[in-house]
Amino acid sequence: MGISIDEVKKIAHLAKLELPEKVAQTYTEELSKILDYFASLKEVDTDNVQPTFHPFTWDTPMREDEVKPFEDIQAILANAPELLENMIVVPKVVKAP
Amino acid sequence: MEFEPVIGLEVHVQLKTKSKLFCSCSTKFGAPPNSQICPICTGQPGVLPVLNKEAIHYALKLALAVGAKVNRLSIMARKHYFYPDLPKNYQISQYELPIAEGGAIEIEVNGSTKLINLTRIHLEEDAGKLVHDEKKPYSYVDFNRTGIPLLEIVSKPEIHSPEEAVAYLKTLRSIVRYLGICDGNMEEGSLRCDANVSVRPKGSSSLGVKVELKNMNSFKHVERALAFEIKRQTALLLEGKTPVQETRLYDEATQTTHPMRGKEEAHDYCYFPDPDLIEVRVSEDWIEKIREELPELPSAKKARFIKEYGLSSYEAGILVEEKPLADFFEDTVRLYAKPKAVANFILTEVLRYLNRDNISIEQTQLKPEFLAELLSLVDDGTISITIAKQQVFPEVYEKGLPPKRVVEERGLKQESSEELLRKLCEEVIKENPSEVEKYRSGKKGVLGFFVGQVMKKTGGKANPKLVNQILTELLEG
Ligand SMILES: [Zn+2]
Repeated sequence: MGISIDEVKKIAHLAKLELPEKVAQTYTEELSKILDYFASLKEVDTDNVQPTFHPFTWDTPMREDEVKPFEDIQAILANAPELLENMIVVPKVVKAP
Repeated sequence: MEFEPVIGLEVHVQLKTKSKLFCSCSTKFGAPPNSQICPICTGQPGVLPVLNKEAIHYALKLALAVGAKVNRLSIMARKHYFYPDLPKNYQISQYELPIAEGGAIEIEVNGSTKLINLTRIHLEEDAGKLVHDEKKPYSYVDFNRTGIPLLEIVSKPEIHSPEEAVAYLKTLRSIVRYLGICDGNMEEGSLRCDANVSVRPKGSSSLGVKVELKNMNSFKHVERALAFEIKRQTALLLEGKTPVQETRLYDEATQTTHPMRGKEEAHDYCYFPDPDLIEVRVSEDWIEKIREELPELPSAKKARFIKEYGLSSYEAGILVEEKPLADFFEDTVRLYAKPKAVANFILTEVLRYLNRDNISIEQTQLKPEFLAELLSLVDDGTISITIAKQQVFPEVYEKGLPPKRVVEERGLKQESSEELLRKLCEEVIKENPSEVEKYRSGKKGVLGFFVGQVMKKTGGKANPKLVNQILTELLEG
């Protein structure tokens, strides 16, 4: 098995997803199949190969440091269920990370 | 048993770019909530981040300034966590291959210097700001800060006292300000510091259990928080207990630290390279260009001030802390070639006013010409140093007036007429027979009293040297 049910549950927890036992089992099986398939890559000898972070070979595009205000901020804020003085209202939190 | 603290610092430096790290929103401080946001920094689906070249430029400046090794190829990674201040649910940061590794910062504590080595410098985006409601069960999110570029500078655990930690922070702040990449304001949060602290038996090479300290918003907080934490951990060890590995918050009201409330989860940020951002490549040409642009840094300037102007290490150290003050000193010396006197006046008078008003030299109306002129007026006997300090300088400082004008308008010219001064001295002696008695019976210190009396009669304008001379002559006679 590529992944254990406990690992699946842990990832779900980190992603703040609620996962009923049955669904967790289904995911464990499905994810394991995928991971087992990718595990075949481990057979390749990569000792002297630089990791590929991206498939592209061109340079990072960069922009000049210029301010261009976004015109439709209200459209973004409209997604919030509730606003207070343009701040987004959320349940009280205490900084954890 | 003797114990020794082991401290490593993680400093976040907010870069002074005009726009954010991956979008063109303004970074201006103090704007109304959510007025500097866009689809990119609020994590709307389908948007693409584009790297701000200036942020890389700033990162390279710091890397070169502290002698770190620049990674010609570095990787932007996603750091995942869920929190309302992070709209994308990941922060774009660096994990493998940060922009720079290594380097060191030289600090000075109690007259001796020490190198604090760095682990790494990496670039990342800031999170939003949360305001917590005092009464209602709500927090409020402002995304203006989301996406502002930060550099995180991680030191090795080579700091062994709160004083060293503060010296490290002050030096680092001085460097980023010299480089013009950050304004270094801890109260406003443009320079933030977290600390990892552990305590171990002195001489031991293993590390104790590490506690992470947060919420220190000034140098004083850092010093107090560390001192408290070291005491707390030492006490635990002496009782045979082990500190718990945890994150603790500093509370300035009680000057203590307490565990962060809420569930402390084992962090698992599941870092991976951000597929939206290709490797960051930095050319050798770019690095060389920046190397040539680097200004003279505080430590080099300090050494030069000591050598070139004959200043003490203490004097030079204070003068170079802020570049504008160092420039002011040098510009003044160019006009008035007595560096010691200039340094003296700046360290006492000028700094007293700057500290009182909590501003820096370029925010005042002072000019090097004014200080040079003021000191020349003392030299040629036009005014005494006391008048210069107490009456002329405050006017120059507050109103930006040339010292000569202040002296003329307020009639502060020193009284050097021997005839007049002799008359006044005689008066003072006549008026104070018992003090004269004391003087003649050997209490020479009373001379100061007589000088003071003459000064009073002249509104402080009498030439003190001359008064001294006349009084001595009269009293001895
Ligand atoms: Zn934006």
